[in-house]
Amino acid sequence: MERQPRALQVLLAIGLVALAAFPLVGEKFYLQFITKLMIMGIFAMSLDLLVGHTGLVSLGHALFFGVAAYALMLLTPEYQAAGFWTSLGVSLGVAALAALIVGFFVLRTTGIYFIMVTLAFGQMTYFYVHDSSHLGGSDGKYIYVRPVLEIAGWSPFDLERPAHFYYVALAMMVFVYLMLRVLLASPFGRVISGIKENEHRMRMLGFATFRYKLVCFVLAGTLAGLAGWLAAAHDGLVNPEMLSWHQSGQLLMMVILGGMGTPSGPILGAAALKVLELVFQGWTKHWQLLLGGFIVLSVLLLPRGLAQLFESKRRD
Amino acid sequence: MTEVALRTAALRKDFGGLTAVNDVALECRVGQMHAVIGPNGAGKTTLINLLSGDLAPSSGRIEILGRDVTGLPPHRISQLGVGRSYQRTNIFMRFTVFENCRLAAQSRLPSSMRFLRAAARYRAVNEAAAQAIELAELGGREQLPASSLSHGERRQLEVAMTLATQPKVLLLDEPLAGMGGEESARMVELLKKLVPGHAMLLVEHDMDAVFALAGLLTVMVNGAVLASGTPESIRANREVQEAYLGSPGHE
Amino acid sequence: MDTAIFFIQVLNSVQYGLLLFLVASGLTLIFGIMGIINLAHGSFYMIGAYLAFSLTGLIGDFWLALAAGVVVAVLIGLALEWLVIRFLYDRDHLYQVLLTYGLILIFEECRSLLWGDDVHGVPVPPALDFSIPLTENLSYQVFRVAMSAICLALAAGMYWLIQKTRLGMMIRAGSVNREMVQSLGINIGLLYRVVFALGVALAAFAGMLGSPVSSVFPGMGNQVLIVSFVVVVIGGIGSVKGALVAALAIGFADTFGKVLLPQIAGMVVYLLMAAILLWRPQGIFGKA
Repeated sequence: MERQPRALQVLLAIGLVALAAFPLVGEKFYLQFITKLMIMGIFAMSLDLLVGHTGLVSLGHALFFGVAAYALMLLTPEYQAAGFWTSLGVSLGVAALAALIVGFFVLRTTGIYFIMVTLAFGQMTYFYVHDSSHLGGSDGKYIYVRPVLEIAGWSPFDLERPAHFYYVALAMMVFVYLMLRVLLASPFGRVISGIKENEHRMRMLGFATFRYKLVCFVLAGTLAGLAGWLAAAHDGLVNPEMLSWHQSGQLLMMVILGGMGTPSGPILGAAALKVLELVFQGWTKHWQLLLGGFIVLSVLLLPRGLAQLFESKRRD
Repeated sequence: MTEVALRTAALRKDFGGLTAVNDVALECRVGQMHAVIGPNGAGKTTLINLLSGDLAPSSGRIEILGRDVTGLPPHRISQLGVGRSYQRTNIFMRFTVFENCRLAAQSRLPSSMRFLRAAARYRAVNEAAAQAIELAELGGREQLPASSLSHGERRQLEVAMTLATQPKVLLLDEPLAGMGGEESARMVELLKKLVPGHAMLLVEHDMDAVFALAGLLTVMVNGAVLASGTPESIRANREVQEAYLGSPGHE
Repeated sequence: MDTAIFFIQVLNSVQYGLLLFLVASGLTLIFGIMGIINLAHGSFYMIGAYLAFSLTGLIGDFWLALAAGVVVAVLIGLALEWLVIRFLYDRDHLYQVLLTYGLILIFEECRSLLWGDDVHGVPVPPALDFSIPLTENLSYQVFRVAMSAICLALAAGMYWLIQKTRLGMMIRAGSVNREMVQSLGINIGLLYRVVFALGVALAAFAGMLGSPVSSVFPGMGNQVLIVSFVVVVIGGIGSVKGALVAALAIGFADTFGKVLLPQIAGMVVYLLMAAILLWRPQGIFGKA
């Protein structure tokens, strides 16, 4: 794993403090916007575990985000709150199970097949949800009341309040970030980076690589599920777009934009792309034209990947 | 005599209509270097690929340390104590020399499904890696990225990684390929050091090295064993001389 | 299911399968020969359908519109290859995915700017706008039969092109060994451009030909793209023969799935893919 230069560490610390202080001054709109950014940051980190750290380019990652979101919707009784820990646990469990099943199939393939097959499984789920009236069909469904955490009658926070939700999302993002740092330095983390570098050699060294990739896929799926649960609880609705391949495609863009395989890259990439989207949306109804142009140009003009924008700063 | 660590019987591999390895039987004991020689296309690398599990044999049997391993996948065969080096250098180019060997040594943990403690803090693994580096005479280069090594050093690293997995059986596919005189000499010395503790199967074109190292020689032609025996008996063998002195059919 | 209905379903399966084959064969050729994964391939299908809509209105004749549309599609293909695609050779698949994904966004918005977001229809050519009665109250539209015939003729034409012509020889060589093609003194840049344009033309042609039956609507390319991926995965990347077999298999699975298993109709195709993956991860005609 890359060591982070001192300057970047300082920058991250300042960023964290700024994030923690923001609700004291920020308006509600921006509070919710940044909450969404942080949720996307978690989502992007989960994909980076596959793309940047294991070398598995998945184009169906939205599947796990989506199923966890729908799980929360199904667990929430109409006009009542779901339990915080139960709904979170079940959502993560559903995402993990989905990743286990999908991973079992898709990890039999590599390279371009892997890209196409993950996309196909993602779309399969998308069409299923899209065509299922009990799941709300193409319109999706509302979650009228957000999950509630109660310990013997006392709630430490209220997700209905934007600032409280903001801190929950921040805490989860920091937790996932730290967890991944520990994970990547562990023997397991070294194995997946070896797989990315040279999977054949790993097998010859005696590693049963399929098993490690499957565990990694399940982990990434579970973390995507965390992001999906948060997104559903935050937006108060679920719809098939959460599972669509546009979601997966933009997520991939975030990971690459921020610099894949770097610890804080996915978070920065998620933030950058979301801000860009917001700016483009402010300009025109046809903002996707600008986004598409941005994506095409950045691939063409930065042949070694977008991370190279940051490389010169990192090298010292 | 020590035990037979590697044994094949009637080993055969077909690719479509072509038989690359045909009815090969050979043995190798711990403390012995068994060299397989033969012209290009004789099936030597295919043989190594069968032994390491990279390819599954069409028929026949492979035994490692008394166990039937025929058709097992490479990672299982590796775990049973077989290490292999490749003809074309096969290392983790972007990792440091130490990390290459550390990862190799880590494969001997009962499991790498360990998620919390930092990999760098597994002392036994670090020691095994350091030992392999020492043995392969790469001391002082631990923190260099593998991609910055010279060709000869990369070959040494390849051997070091294999050693870090603490194998009983070593399969070496042309370890001297593309090396200059000095590099070759260093590698030959290294391999000589390794003979006592290992059963070694060597595929090599450099005949000086082969005769300097091997206690047992097998000559393969067109996938089959032409002759097998001590270096002296092979040197005196008329058939072998003919095969090498170029009956034009074998080119 | 009585015989007449069964017969109609078989015709529908073949017609859908063959149309899919046109899209998927371009996809598989572009990957097999150029090593490019092209997510924007479905957009060409959509562009074809919208071209058919506009050109039929403009020219007044479906078949002339078809011919004009193919010319436009080839030009689009050549231009696109020259503008962006040629910078993707030898790049990681990741960047190919990203760039061609960006292209989809651009194409969709251009479609929205040029044609709006409404659903349109293309009239069935009058000469073929009648039905053959099968039983008293069941009949089959002649245009659909003609579609299948045209697709079959194109498939035969592709077979001839690939097996019997010099271009086909280069294509076959290119899908086996890229270096060999270069050493034969073939202009690889030109070969790639032609193959890409051919793929675009095939997808656009499928979109045009299918437009009177399927109608013309936003996002129609994405649906076709994903199913085409499934076809390529099942058939084996780079294999045109595999694409034909797989496309027909998907045609039958999808059509009969809707009749026999309506609850999970949308998933049948993907379940078929999952089964193939268990059995042969490299596809039916793929190289191991």
